[in-house]
Amino acid sequence: MSINTEMAVRVAAITQVAAAVKTFRLERIDGAPLSVFSGGSHIVVSMNDGEQLRRNPYSLMSSPDDTSAYEISVLRVANSRGGSAFLHDRLEVGDHLTISQPVNLFPVDHRGRKHILFAGGIGITPFLAMMEQFTRDNVAFELHYAMRSRTHGAFWQQLLERYGPRRIKIYFDDEKSLIPVETIVDNQPLGTHLYVCGPSGMIDGVLLTALEAGWPKENLHAERFLAPPAGLPFQVMLEQSAMAITVGEHQSILEAVEAAGCEAPYMCRGGACGQCETAVLSSDGELEHNDVYLSEAEKAEGKKIMICVSRFKGQQLVLQL
Amino acid sequence: MLVAGIKSRPEYKGLEIDPHARRHLFVLEGEGARALLERAGTDGGSFLAKAEILYLPGGSAGKNHSADLAALGADIVWTAAGLQPLLGRLSVCLANATMGMRIYIAGTEGFIGQIIQVALDFGVDFNSLRTEHRGSLARRVQCVHCKGFTDNVTVTPFVCSHCGLSLLVRDHYSRRLGAFQGVNIDAEAPGTAPEPEELFL
Repeated sequence: MSINTEMAVRVAAITQVAAAVKTFRLERIDGAPLSVFSGGSHIVVSMNDGEQLRRNPYSLMSSPDDTSAYEISVLRVANSRGGSAFLHDRLEVGDHLTISQPVNLFPVDHRGRKHILFAGGIGITPFLAMMEQFTRDNVAFELHYAMRSRTHGAFWQQLLERYGPRRIKIYFDDEKSLIPVETIVDNQPLGTHLYVCGPSGMIDGVLLTALEAGWPKENLHAERFLAPPAGLPFQVMLEQSAMAITVGEHQSILEAVEAAGCEAPYMCRGGACGQCETAVLSSDGELEHNDVYLSEAEKAEGKKIMICVSRFKGQQLVLQL
Repeated sequence: MLVAGIKSRPEYKGLEIDPHARRHLFVLEGEGARALLERAGTDGGSFLAKAEILYLPGGSAGKNHSADLAALGADIVWTAAGLQPLLGRLSVCLANATMGMRIYIAGTEGFIGQIIQVALDFGVDFNSLRTEHRGSLARRVQCVHCKGFTDNVTVTPFVCSHCGLSLLVRDHYSRRLGAFQGVNIDAEAPGTAPEPEELFL
């Protein structure tokens, strides 16, 4: 990791909070307090799953002031690359994990006078910490939270109890209740900030609706964490390390690089932060840019690649690593 | 003499009309009226039907463009009798505004800076404000020693209108204060300030 800040933690509790969602409470093994963080932060969790080292980012959902433990919630995805399956099916209370210090790529704009949060499904997690922070700071907010169904949705009862129905609005797909995004964004006072976290289609829809309603892009914030997509295996030459590696079907370039014992910088591991930007020295095929960091022009130019999520189709790819 | 190449020196990128905005608020001073008048036909003028114009005549050229602005056919045109009434009306406008409103500011730098200050107080993001510098290069300067503001400074060094020190006008700009910073130029040997140069006409 580019900033060496890893900590050993112990799983203090595992709670099933919805149909496919579990909450994990993590405490430091040495008993020292964890650092406070800001709402919207995530940690990278390293898991030793048999032979394989997995590193996945998860948003912190516990109160930013609570230094006794960090809490994350994980959705068990059907075709998991392994991270969510490992956490759901294999991890037990008392097990040890390694986590990074919190990093925030989805911070609250403190100049805002009001904050509107749009959550879809497991996208609720960063907002749980943010809402604690808004409450502490006595800042106006409202949450619009869409879930598949009452059984699939996590935390909505607790949120209604804690913050009341005036600030928490819930919507269920299977009851045909949809977030009226257009109506909501149409009449917000100046100085409002909008945050959205959820499936990609939801993020695009909310941002586009707000822009078309005349919102300036500066007041729109989204968190898109992308799991590295699968694809055909391919070869990569690492120029500085002078080695050739194979990136497997369910592996990212970054994971393959790490498995080969080479250190590469990273932070979010989800194509968002830009930390793992790597120079492409030569390529005879097609770069599949899956990140949301590089601009369209940079992607077209083909001189850089975000190795945490992007892939390659072709014979020869040489990276400056 | 001027300390230049400072990052905080504001840039004014022009009054580009946002086609998605539900409402357009133009806050104009003196020659800043021309920034809007020149764009009035750009999208067939349809943005004007959703536009409110707050105008402060005068500025550096002392010319009143009220009649030309009134002839544009904007939804609301209001001419202010002075800066204070303009700032008052602006606050009321912003208090009632929604996120679909875009704010455009044109005039001298001192004017733009003071309007931006009000907008920032309402939580508007600086980068969403559209600005255009028109008219004189005169600066609004804060004396870093006595903290007093002097408007329409055209020379450097100049004598602080509050404490009387000779001040070098820097490119160092405070967005919070809406003013450039003036620093005493002859602190070690009072009375040795160079002759003022007219740099900000």
